[in-house]
Amino acid sequence: MTVMVDIRSVHKSFGALQVLNGIDLQVRAGEVTVVLGPSGSGKSTLLRTINHLEKVDRGRISVDGALVGYRRAGNRLYELPEREVLRRRTRIGFVFQNFHLFPHLTVVENVIEAPVSALKRPRKEAVESAHRLLERVGLADKATAYPRQLSGGQQQRVAIARALALEPRLLLFDEPTSALDPELVGEVLDVIRDLAGQGTTMIVVTHEIAFAREVADTVVFMADGRIVEQGPPGEVLERPRHERTRAFLSKVL
Amino acid sequence: MSSDTLAKIPTAADTPEPADAPRIVPQRRYGQWAAAVVVLVLLGLAVNSVLRNKAFQWDVVADYFTTDSVLRGLWLTLWLTAVVMVLGFALGTLLAAFRLSANPVLRAVGWGYVWLFRSIPILVQLLLWFNIGALYPQVLGVKTVDLLSPVAVAIVGLTLHEAAYAAEVVRGGILSVDRGQIEAAQALGLSRWRRWRRIVLPQAMRAIVPPAANMLIGTLKGTSIVSVIAVNDLLFSAQLIYHRTYQVIPLLMVATLWYAVVTSVLGIGQYYVEKHYARGTENAR
Repeated sequence: MTVMVDIRSVHKSFGALQVLNGIDLQVRAGEVTVVLGPSGSGKSTLLRTINHLEKVDRGRISVDGALVGYRRAGNRLYELPEREVLRRRTRIGFVFQNFHLFPHLTVVENVIEAPVSALKRPRKEAVESAHRLLERVGLADKATAYPRQLSGGQQQRVAIARALALEPRLLLFDEPTSALDPELVGEVLDVIRDLAGQGTTMIVVTHEIAFAREVADTVVFMADGRIVEQGPPGEVLERPRHERTRAFLSKVL
Repeated sequence: MSSDTLAKIPTAADTPEPADAPRIVPQRRYGQWAAAVVVLVLLGLAVNSVLRNKAFQWDVVADYFTTDSVLRGLWLTLWLTAVVMVLGFALGTLLAAFRLSANPVLRAVGWGYVWLFRSIPILVQLLLWFNIGALYPQVLGVKTVDLLSPVAVAIVGLTLHEAAYAAEVVRGGILSVDRGQIEAAQALGLSRWRRWRRIVLPQAMRAIVPPAANMLIGTLKGTSIVSVIAVNDLLFSAQLIYHRTYQVIPLLMVATLWYAVVTSVLGIGQYYVEKHYARGTENAR
């Protein structure tokens, strides 16, 4: 299987705070990787560096064979102009904890915004595929609603449809259910599970251990900016080798 | 996938009320009634005194209300306001971008501009521009006095003044937009221009429109200050007439009523503009 995401010794600090401290991670195409770890362990920052929302201090990340945000010449990485970064980003879908839907646009306008303006798709075509995507996330009847008129779970499903509209090679989820009322978590996880079943490459940062056990091909456990251990869910979740992992799991399970 | 149908839950309206249920009696607010009566009486007395006071000379007001020179003055006031608002907000938006820029030099220049032009009284600024020939007699071989007519002085002075305030209004609007909106737009690959035009500005407008409308109405009346440099605006036209006829009060009333008419029309416009930018918010519909 080909490697979709290749992360090599990535370091990142915010001022004096070392957030990522030498991360190495490979994600193969078609696999679901779930990242677990306590708050402040660097999970979200790692996810954000993958689509260059956060710049790394050291190391490199490539997605689908292309470096994110940089061009390599000799032994140097030159930061790319924004236009080029934006073009590479369209191949990576990102789903935020707080949805970040555009509140002044209707559901369908939210979904077609990127295909129309970033990929220059004809509007009519984009609207048609937006309706198909909304159907896929179970919101075909909400196309003309404004985000505010939807529940949190529905908003997050629209956000997923919006990310899918770019037909990304990779989907990143940053705690997609953490801002939801408990009874709404299931509907969002259903959609993500459905996508996993169709072979979409995904990296999911979450606190939903049961979801990780069921859907993940690989579980990665992070603490203090490092990957403490990784492996199939059966190993990491059932027979963790490291004390930090055991301590974390005993608290959340 | 979850369905969005809700089970029918019996509500209070479905159950018949028992006959002996106690009736709810709202609190009687006698104080409110008394206050309303007092205010209405005072208002009536004030209106009565204005209408019955012969010195207002309402017949003279009616005579001059639509005189040619007054209408010409009104027209100048209207287009001067429009030009100053458009140029002021264009420059103000640029200055707001400066102040929010990552470039420290641009930030400092933006800050310095706003500080300077909010510090100079508009009257002083107009007089300075009016007398600019005393400071710079010639610019590029042309006499400054010929370059800046009184109307041009009015446009330049009012615009520079307006821009300093507009910059703060626009900056406040932009800061009111959630940072996550910009990140989401970046993650979707939207270009810088598209993020600004399609995502940030429409949301910022909700916070920009009310103070901008305030500024528009303020500017409409504020343009009357150009009468000091003999620009023929609404107020100056009225003044020209009363300098001749000595009917000071009625002609001030003519100008005042026109300002009130235009302000009312602008207020109605503001309502619709605000409604437009409230799309998708709790205030919509």
